[in-house]
Amino acid sequence: MSDYYFKTSDLSVGYNGNALINDINVELSKGQIMTLIGPNGSGKSTILKSISNHLKTIAGTVYIDEKSLSDLSYKDVSTRMAVVLTERPKVELMTCRDVVATGRYPYTGRLGILSAEDNEKVDAAIKLVNAEEIAERDFTATSDGQRQRVMLARAICQEPEIIILDEPTSFLDIKHKLELLDILRMMVETKNIVVIMSLHEIDLAQKASDIIMCVKGDHISQLGTPRDIFTKESITRLYDLDKGNYNNYFGSVELPAPVGEPDTFVIAGAGTGIGIFRELQKKKIPFYAGVLHTNDLDYQVALDLAAEVVSAQAFENITEEEYKKAEELMKKCSKVIYSGVEFGTTNRANKRLLEEAKMLGKELPDAERIGR
Amino acid sequence: MKDFDSRRAGRYTIVFVVLAIAFLTIIVLNITIGSVDISVRDIIKILFMDADGSTQYGIIWKIRMPRVFMAAILGGALSLSGFLLQTFFANPIAGPYILGISSGAKLFVSFTMIVITQLWGHANSAEMIIAAFVGSLASIGFVLLVSRKVPSMSMLLVAGIMIGYICTAITDFVITFAADSDIVNLHNWSKGSFSGMAWSNVTIAFFVVMITSVIVFCLSKPIGAFQMGEAYAQSMGVNVAVFKVVLILLSSVLSACVTAFAGPISFVGIAVPHLIKLFLKTSKPIVVIPAVFLGGAVFCTGCDLIARTVFAPTELSISTVTSVFGAPIVIWMIIKRQKK
Repeated sequence: MSDYYFKTSDLSVGYNGNALINDINVELSKGQIMTLIGPNGSGKSTILKSISNHLKTIAGTVYIDEKSLSDLSYKDVSTRMAVVLTERPKVELMTCRDVVATGRYPYTGRLGILSAEDNEKVDAAIKLVNAEEIAERDFTATSDGQRQRVMLARAICQEPEIIILDEPTSFLDIKHKLELLDILRMMVETKNIVVIMSLHEIDLAQKASDIIMCVKGDHISQLGTPRDIFTKESITRLYDLDKGNYNNYFGSVELPAPVGEPDTFVIAGAGTGIGIFRELQKKKIPFYAGVLHTNDLDYQVALDLAAEVVSAQAFENITEEEYKKAEELMKKCSKVIYSGVEFGTTNRANKRLLEEAKMLGKELPDAERIGR
Repeated sequence: MKDFDSRRAGRYTIVFVVLAIAFLTIIVLNITIGSVDISVRDIIKILFMDADGSTQYGIIWKIRMPRVFMAAILGGALSLSGFLLQTFFANPIAGPYILGISSGAKLFVSFTMIVITQLWGHANSAEMIIAAFVGSLASIGFVLLVSRKVPSMSMLLVAGIMIGYICTAITDFVITFAADSDIVNLHNWSKGSFSGMAWSNVTIAFFVVMITSVIVFCLSKPIGAFQMGEAYAQSMGVNVAVFKVVLILLSSVLSACVTAFAGPISFVGIAVPHLIKLFLKTSKPIVVIPAVFLGGAVFCTGCDLIARTVFAPTELSISTVTSVFGAPIVIWMIIKRQKK
C-alpha cells in the first residue's frame, strides 16, 4: 500500500544508544492528524524528536514519501517537514513576522533574502493563523497563545508535508487551545498534510485527531482511532487512573469517589444530580444514587462518584425490582437528598421513593444549599 | 507592511551613514592629533603631493597611519568575533575576552614568542597568529567542555573568566622568567596596545581579517537560522554539527588575529554588537554583520585616540579605555535583561 505518506517500521527510540521505546509501527496518509498521548515522561517527546530527525534513532526506519529519513539530507527534510517545539526560541529584536519568515529558509537564496513570492507566502501564513495584528510586534513581547500561533505560521510557510508539534497546547488557555487545534484541523483538510503532535488534554486529543498513539512503558500500548482508544478501560490503564475516573462519553474526568459506608441517598435525574454528586465528592461524603435511567446524564457521573447506583433501563419505566433495591439502600441512610427533578411517567417510582423517605422521617437537606 | 519595511530600511541607512561618518572623522582625528599636531591641509599635502621625508611625513606614514588602520581592522574583527560567540552560545554576554579565549591566545603567543626568540631570534607575525589561534581553540575547547557539564549560562561565563585568570597567571609567570630584552616588548603587548604597528603587520591582519569577515558575511543565512536555536536551525536544513565547528573556527581566527597583534582587548566583543543591534533594532545577520564590523572599527579607533592623547605623553593601555566604556554597557545590558 503506497498511499501512506509517513511510516515507521520497527522503530526504536531513546537516548545515547539506549532504547526507551521499541517496535513503533505506524502508517499515516495525508490529511490525517495523529496524536500521541500518555503519562508524563512516557517518551512522547522522544518519539517526536526521533521522527523529526533531531535525535538519532536506535533501530528501525522512518519513511517519508517512501524515502528513508536517514537517506534524506537536512535540506531535503526541511522542505518536507516543519516542527513546532515546546520551548520558546530565544530570539532578540525580531518581530513576529521576522520569526514567521524564517520558515522560508529552505527556499531563499544564498543570502536568505525574501522574494516577493516569499513575502506573499509569509503574509498568507500569518493570515491563516489570525496573527495579522501582532505581525509587527516584537516576538519576545507576545503572550503564549500568540507565540504558538506565530510558530505555527512559521511552520506553515515552510510548506511542509508533515508538521510535528510537541505539546502545542501547553501554557495556552482554553480559547487558544481550541483555536490552535481548529487551525490544525483546517490545515490537514485544505492543504492535505500530515500532522503529528503530542497532547496532554485527552478530551481535545479525542476530538481533534484521526489516529491516537498511546505511549506507555517501553512500547506503544495502543494505536487506533479515537473511537477505539477512548474507552474507560484503555484510558484508565494508560494513565494508571486507579483513583480518578475517566468518562468516555464526556471525554472528561471526575475526582475519585468518596470511600466509606454511605449515609446519604440522592434522588436525581435529567442532569439535576451532577452538581450535588460533585459537591458531595468535595466534602468526601459517600452516597448512593437512584433510580437513574442508563441514558440519563446523571447516570454517567453517578457511576464515577456514587458508592452504588440503582439504574433503570433506558426508555422504560422503573421496575418494581429496581424500586425495591433503591428503597433498601435508602433505608440504610439517615439523609435523603432530593434534587428537585420533575417526576414524569418513566421515573414515577422515584416520587414514591421520596414520599417513603418523608414517611420514614429521614433528614431531607435542601438540594439548593448543597449546590446543584 | 510596506510602511514598516521602508521605515526599517531607512533606519539601516541612517545607522550605516552615521557609522561611516564617525569612522572617517575618527580616522582623520587620529592622524592629526598627537604629540605633534598636524593640520588636515598638511596631511593632504604629505599624502598626495610631496613625500619629502620630513618628520611629519614619518609620523604620519610610519606611526599614525598603520596604527589607526590596525585599530580599525582589529576592532572590527574583535566585534565580529564577539557576535559569532554570542550566536553560538545564545548568550549576549559571551565574548572572546570574557570567555577566556583572548587570554588563552595570549598565553600561547607569549610562550611562542619567548621560545622562538631564544631559538631563532625573531618571531614573525604568521607564527604569532598561528600560536594565538591554537591558544584560542585550546581555551574555547575547555569552555565547551565545561558547557557540556553545566547547562547554566552564567556558570559558563564564570568558567570562562576563571580560564582567563589561569592563563593570565601563567603568562605573567612566563614573562617573569623571560630573557630581559623580550620583557619590555611582551609586557606592553600583554596589556593590549595598538602601538608600534608596522605596515607589514597591517597587511597580514588586513587579509586574514577581511577574508574571514567575508566568509562570515556569506554565512549570514545559516547564522540567522542558528539564532532560532539548534533544533529549529536543523529543521530549516542547516547541518548544525558542521556549522557549529565552522562558527567556532571563524570566531577563533578573528580573535586570534587581534590577540596576536594587539594583545587581549576587553569588552569590545560584547559592547559593540549589543549597541549595534540596539541602533539597528534588528538582529538580522545580513545587516548586523557589516554594521558590527564598522562599529567595532569606530569603537577601537576612538578608544585608541583616547588612550594615546588624554594623558599624553603617557599612553594608556587600550583595554583600560575599552573597559571604561565597555563594562558599563555590559552591566546595563545585564540589568535590562533581568527586567525582562
